[in-house]
Amino acid sequence: MTFEDWFRKDRLPHIYCAGCGNGTIINCTLAAIDQMDWKKEETVFVSGIGCSSRAPGYIMTDSLHTTHGRALAFATGVKMANKKLHVVVFTGDGDLAAIGGNHFIHSCRRNIDITVVCMNNQIYGMTGGQGSPTTPQGCLSTTTPYGSAEPAFDLCELAIAAGANYVARWTSYHVKELERAVLAGLQTPGFSFVEAMTQCPTNFGRRNKFKQVADQVEFIKSHALLKVKRDRLVEEGKEVPSDMFVVGELARRNRPAMGVQ
Amino acid sequence: MTRTEFCAGYPITPSSEIAEECSRRMPLIGGIYMQMEDELGSMAALIGAAWTGARSMTATSGPGFSLMMENIGYAAMTETPCVIVNIQRGGPSTGQPTMAAQGDMLQCRFGSHGDYSIIALCPSSVQEMFTLTAQAFNLADRYRVPVFLMADEIVGHMREKITVPDRVENVPRRELAKGVLPFYPEHDLVPGFATFGKGYGVHVTGLTHDERGYPCATNVRLHHNLVKRLVDKVENARHDVADYDIINPDAEQVFIAYGAPVRTVQQVLHDNPDKNVGFLRIRTVWPFPEFALAQFKNAQRFLVPELNFGQMAREIERYVNVPVVSIPKLGGDLHLPSELTAALGGWK
Repeated sequence: MTFEDWFRKDRLPHIYCAGCGNGTIINCTLAAIDQMDWKKEETVFVSGIGCSSRAPGYIMTDSLHTTHGRALAFATGVKMANKKLHVVVFTGDGDLAAIGGNHFIHSCRRNIDITVVCMNNQIYGMTGGQGSPTTPQGCLSTTTPYGSAEPAFDLCELAIAAGANYVARWTSYHVKELERAVLAGLQTPGFSFVEAMTQCPTNFGRRNKFKQVADQVEFIKSHALLKVKRDRLVEEGKEVPSDMFVVGELARRNRPAMGVQ
Repeated sequence: MTRTEFCAGYPITPSSEIAEECSRRMPLIGGIYMQMEDELGSMAALIGAAWTGARSMTATSGPGFSLMMENIGYAAMTETPCVIVNIQRGGPSTGQPTMAAQGDMLQCRFGSHGDYSIIALCPSSVQEMFTLTAQAFNLADRYRVPVFLMADEIVGHMREKITVPDRVENVPRRELAKGVLPFYPEHDLVPGFATFGKGYGVHVTGLTHDERGYPCATNVRLHHNLVKRLVDKVENARHDVADYDIINPDAEQVFIAYGAPVRTVQQVLHDNPDKNVGFLRIRTVWPFPEFALAQFKNAQRFLVPELNFGQMAREIERYVNVPVVSIPKLGGDLHLPSELTAALGGWK
């Protein structure tokens, strides 16, 4: 079996725009799941609302495409009522960090045994490019026409502080690293959070001076700071560049978890 | 295999006792109690649990009920069997947390956006709280619809002797037949249930979906047919789910009541042994059993005591050609028998 066997062939074409990074992240996730030897009938995908959350509809397993922000609360019900099921959540920055922020915090606190893959494109893509809690300060969107005035959320720091057992961040460029991180998340009992920074050419890139998809991917790549390098900078007392984000495995621990069979 | 029973909750007066009892007793019977971070979360969690085959419920009151509305619509759209207990308190907003009301009767019917139908049951005693809860689970599984147990603070905090039968009837959820599409309705418009974890590979979405469960949100005819079926499967069953008593059907004046006000009407009838006052006592409030009204052939007017400003009286007006007199009572007290007797006497 390969990751391709997990897709519903009768759902094509998908809704994603040309150049979207979500397909890459779905592929990485399914490639990781394929290595877990999970049966399709024992695997459930749950999602909320947004481009990211359409992903379960393209996958063959039982899946729950729910209301905006509530994916983790639905997933909690699925997992607690049947601990035999492997539950994976696809979500996005708006779905998870804005409207679903409370469920995110409490799912980390409960350390419930599910894996969350967050496609962070720093924008509300599906509704037409409005600013989200992870839109970088100064960036343009349809609701921040003068540049976003708000600081952006660091979702991984939030997950670590709230108690998740596994936390990692990679990008749609770092496909092998992302796949390994999802695999590690799937293997870790308790709440696993993998954030994938990704490009939205239609609604983020074109308003923020990325004329080509490759320009935005290049930007994401060049602004990803490896955790080891960040740690070294901190150790040497040097300043960590404020426009970069840390990638790598950010937490792996063994707090008591809920819903582990 | 015994099915896991699932209760999700969030503390709110005057329904917290249900969460407390569930948290104590569910683990003892192999079930799960989850206290979620808010009522949006508890409604979501119980829908998730329901898709694994568990009989799922939550209990709440006014403000929490308002928060559940979005996911109640999701349960209606995805045809998820679930039970929501609302121990009604005075509203709007925070209102009267410790006082009784029946102000959510229209919210439970129409509260989420879009068209859909639900089933709502109203207990007026501790015994009915018991029997109607069991009934609610059976109806939820039978029709794949959210079922509301619309109690109020008076019934919720009432202490009475009850009879617990040796066996409670348990109607199992109809499983999806192999080879049938997961949202293909049977003759009664209800599709078989594709339980998660059994290899159906069902995609469940709140978007308008076809019989495969796949989103088709811009198909005009498909959306019309889907929503019509969601409404019809409940409305067509109105005779089967109806639960009411008729007392003194030849009377010219007829009380109609549900929930706690039933008790006051019972007192009025008890104090007035003549058979000249009729009573329609309703337990299944939605879908409203309008055919029961026709049994009062001599009725000159209907009197409807409610702990609200006439929410069900308005529904009754749609069906009869004689006056419908709303007798509202707000603030938390029941009507006094004398108040209802006075309403009778004021008529010639």
